Amino acid sequence: MTAPSLLLEDVTRVHGTGETAVRALDGVSLEVMPGELVAVMGPSGSGKSTLLNLAGGLDLATSGRVVIEGEDLSTLGAKGIAQLRRRRVGFVFQDYNLIPSLTAAENVGLPLELDGVRASQARRQARQTLDLMGLRDLSDRFPDQMSGGQQQRVAIARALVGSRRLVLADEPTGALDSHTGEDVLRVLRERCDEGVAGLLVTHEARHAAWADRVVFLRDGVVVDSTGRASSPEDLLATGSSR
Amino acid sequence: MSVKQGLMALLADGPMYGAQLRAEFEDRTGGTWPLNVGQVYTTLARLERDGLVEPTGEADGEGRISYRLTQAGTEEVGTWWTTPVDRDSTPRDELTIKLALAVTVPGVDVQAVAQTQRTATLKHLHDLTRLKQQVMRKQREAEGAPSGPADAAKHDEGNHDLAWLLVLENLIFTAEAEVRWLDHVETRLHRESLRPFRRSGAHTTALPDDAGDHAGTRTEARR
Repeated sequence: MTAPSLLLEDVTRVHGTGETAVRALDGVSLEVMPGELVAVMGPSGSGKSTLLNLAGGLDLATSGRVVIEGEDLSTLGAKGIAQLRRRRVGFVFQDYNLIPSLTAAENVGLPLELDGVRASQARRQARQTLDLMGLRDLSDRFPDQMSGGQQQRVAIARALVGSRRLVLADEPTGALDSHTGEDVLRVLRERCDEGVAGLLVTHEARHAAWADRVVFLRDGVVVDSTGRASSPEDLLATGSSR
Repeated sequence: MSVKQGLMALLADGPMYGAQLRAEFEDRTGGTWPLNVGQVYTTLARLERDGLVEPTGEADGEGRISYRLTQAGTEEVGTWWTTPVDRDSTPRDELTIKLALAVTVPGVDVQAVAQTQRTATLKHLHDLTRLKQQVMRKQREAEGAPSGPADAAKHDEGNHDLAWLLVLENLIFTAEAEVRWLDHVETRLHRESLRPFRRSGAHTTALPDDAGDHAGTRTEARR
């Protein structure tokens, strides 16, 4: 049986202590399988960002387990978590976070270089990733020579360069118009269709609908989930489709 | 949806018989609003009575009669394209009525009603999005295919895909609006529940303590 790329087991995160303690997440369990894109929705303050930070090892759970590709984060030290983050997890943010003085290929290759890969090899792998995602034309462009949508697609390439197969996206379409946002989601969807696992935080239902399932958070608790998707055959058999 | 106007718009494309009109209507709208053939023939009979369509001739070997627009019909179709759809009347919406009643009938867990609906609507939105992805993939593949003698047929098919895509996107935006409205309902109910003079009722007891930007109240609620 395939192991989940990301597993959260009864995860709780409490900020502060005593009277002022706030439970940002409370007993959340969630798994994301390879090839699956899961969207997290919920109102402001519901714990979406906390969930993403815990899933990416940027924050540690007060209790419960966070497991990335079989590695329990609580058993790794700070160094181990940092290494796991560099090698296994890619982040995509609302504001792209590309380095302005580097070309697209250099930006995409940067995580590999930070992990000790030689610059030439990192650049080669970066170009391969950009090619694979149909972004070859952008390789030598600097961020200010690209549109927002192009920058975000490059950011997704950066999140997935090398051996990383888990992408955590925090409102990746937040700064984009409707059509461009859709292009970005399509790229993310295609990567997941090819085996990458994705966790997408969004407040837009229309964007969450690109995921295989949607998990609702409210007050730090998972209150509902849409369940796994219907097959295309089922969809074609419904009354609202042909 | 006016079947009459839809059929006339199709006849502007050329003469068709009843079953053909039904198939074209459903193909171009993705089968979203199925028609039965009896409805088509009844409408054609009314249009003929009103002088908007006419038969092109006698029935063919299989007993089918094709219809075309008359001059008056052509003018009416032209007017339809340039006249906005009437939005003054408020269609009866079961969900709106259900929630309006839920907040006034004692003992109803309004939060559960809204949440159950939101899950179902999101599932529907997801299904629509997958269908949209399929149509878009087909379009991209068609764009990449070499051109040839079958280009005219491809062009027609492309236009039908575009029509289906527009219908799908309308359904997607409608579903999205419903989810947003349900989010709003929860927030509204929560705020109402905080008002001091509010009578305690079904919807005030079942509400979440976080319906937006009230993170600070959570600590209190959990003590």
